[in-house]
Amino acid sequence: MSKRIETNDLDVYYGDFKAVEGVTIDIEPRSVTAFIGPSGCGKSTVLRTLNRMHEVISGAWVDGEVLLDGANLYAPGVDPVNVRRQIGMVFQRPNPFPTMSIRENVLAGVLLNNRRMSRSDQDDLVERSLRGANLWNEVKDRLNLPGSGLSGGQQQRLCIARAIAVSPEVLLMDEPCSALDPISTLAIEDLIEELKQEYTIVIVTHNMQQASRVSDRTAFFNIAGTGKPGKLIEYDDTTTMFSTPKVQATEDYVSGRFG
Amino acid sequence: MTTAVQPVAKQRLADVVFKTVSTTAGVLILIALAGVAIFLVAQAVPAIIGPLPGIDGGFFAWVWPLTFGTIWSAFLAMVMAVPVAVGIALFITHFAPRRLAQGLGYVVDLLAAIPSVIYGLWGITVLAPFMQPAYTWLTQNLGWLPLFAPPASGTGRTILTASIVLAVMVLPIITALCREIFLQTPRLNEEAALALGATRWEMIQMAVLPHGRSGIIASSILGLGRALGETMAVAMVLSSSGIISFALTAQQNPSTIAANIALRFPEAHGITVNMLIGSGLVLFAITLLVNGISRWIIARTTVKGGR
Ligand SMILES: Nc1ncnc2c1ncn2[C@@H]1O[C@H](COP(=O)(O)OP(=O)(O)OP(=O)(O)O)[C@@H](O)[C@H]1O
Ligand SMILES: [Mg+2]
Repeated sequence: MSKRIETNDLDVYYGDFKAVEGVTIDIEPRSVTAFIGPSGCGKSTVLRTLNRMHEVISGAWVDGEVLLDGANLYAPGVDPVNVRRQIGMVFQRPNPFPTMSIRENVLAGVLLNNRRMSRSDQDDLVERSLRGANLWNEVKDRLNLPGSGLSGGQQQRLCIARAIAVSPEVLLMDEPCSALDPISTLAIEDLIEELKQEYTIVIVTHNMQQASRVSDRTAFFNIAGTGKPGKLIEYDDTTTMFSTPKVQATEDYVSGRFG
Repeated sequence: MTTAVQPVAKQRLADVVFKTVSTTAGVLILIALAGVAIFLVAQAVPAIIGPLPGIDGGFFAWVWPLTFGTIWSAFLAMVMAVPVAVGIALFITHFAPRRLAQGLGYVVDLLAAIPSVIYGLWGITVLAPFMQPAYTWLTQNLGWLPLFAPPASGTGRTILTASIVLAVMVLPIITALCREIFLQTPRLNEEAALALGATRWEMIQMAVLPHGRSGIIASSILGLGRALGETMAVAMVLSSSGIISFALTAQQNPSTIAANIALRFPEAHGITVNMLIGSGLVLFAITLLVNGISRWIIARTTVKGGR
């Protein structure tokens, strides 16, 4: 489990509009990489190209390569469904399936691949995933109640449990804490710290403290102006990025003098 | 002690006018409904209590075969229409390229604009002759099933033909409503499914159908209401003899309440008029019952926080 992910000169388009240009980045396995940058610079767009969720939007397309342990995800013949089974995603707003119970939510992805899983294997997996998402103790007595009955922070951890239940190679998170209170945010940050033992994690965040707390490497994106494509400005170890960045724009951004 | 005076809210003319108009409209609907119900009951009573010349067993023995035919034909129509309508709505909202989806949606809406007489003509002149050979084949090869009991209809004007016509007529209602509901599926839920590696069909099962469940039921009930009450098309297509039979392709077919009223009313007089109106009262009751059941189902299947 846990694979290296690389992009090579990636351009991302919405129809005719080039949203992101020339992104080349190399993400180590078992590490946390943070994407930071001002709103609209294309962080979510790049993140979504990493598991081909981008092309769910009509008219959206990609030029360039994304390599998962050297295999191009955009090579002809690659099924996006298989890509997404290996690269999980957690969204900005918690999105458990409203008609499913907590248990069913956790199992939703696994049962797609393996419908004949025995009841006891299912129970094990539910417990393991919920423990992995630090949610087990809070919900173990109500596994059969709807997931939508949980608090926002619990729902987000349920979504993380759902994503890790399928044992992905990579976990993508788009501002996973932006709809949460500080306590739940800390819970998720601790969780990310633990999850990186097993998974490659990429997280988009607007919170500089969060980026410096949870990530090993940080990528700074920026745009020259509206209508221009976003670009990867600098990519380095998080400590370097926050103390001695090479590019002036990065320094301005992380020190809060801009954006 | 000073007496507190409740402040009088300033009355705006537009508010007053709007309130009066809307209240009047609401009351008018109630009056109309009550008027219809009273008329039906008053006119039906003589047939229900009185002896009916030439009919054994009284009013209910007479109306039962018609009731059966009404429910059976509407049921058959729903069995055919609902899956197709849901399928078309899913295709339009989640599979078709945008251009095709718009065109298809437009065509389906057009189906709703066709008058029922036209459907009746189409049923007699096109559908019935077209289906007749199939009916013969079915009775010959599957005749041991009660559904296809011989003898086969020579004209093709069977209850199955009538139900197919009904199904086509209710299709646009159900499709249009399902389409609206499927379009409202939260994008977040769809993406949640896709991000787990669901295929498009699996995504529909995980996100779209659960979200649309009560809407599918509600739209089906609306369609059912139309199928139960449809008069002209059935009256034209169905060659009925007023029996009770589940056979789909036979010569002898049950009739429906609405079609029976339309066919018999012109020559009816005396107590026969009361009988026909009594059957109308039964239809009214069935429709009310169907609506009640649908409300109950919708209330039960709507998940908290699920919509
Ligand atoms: N569905 C879409 N269709 C067309 N253009 C889009 C779409 N989504 C995003 N864009 C455009 O792509 C560019 C990058 O957007 P993106 O959402 O990736 O930014 P972001 O860095 O994630 O911003 P934020 O921090 O606000 O989430 C923006 O100019 C945006 O307008
Ligand atoms: Mg974003």
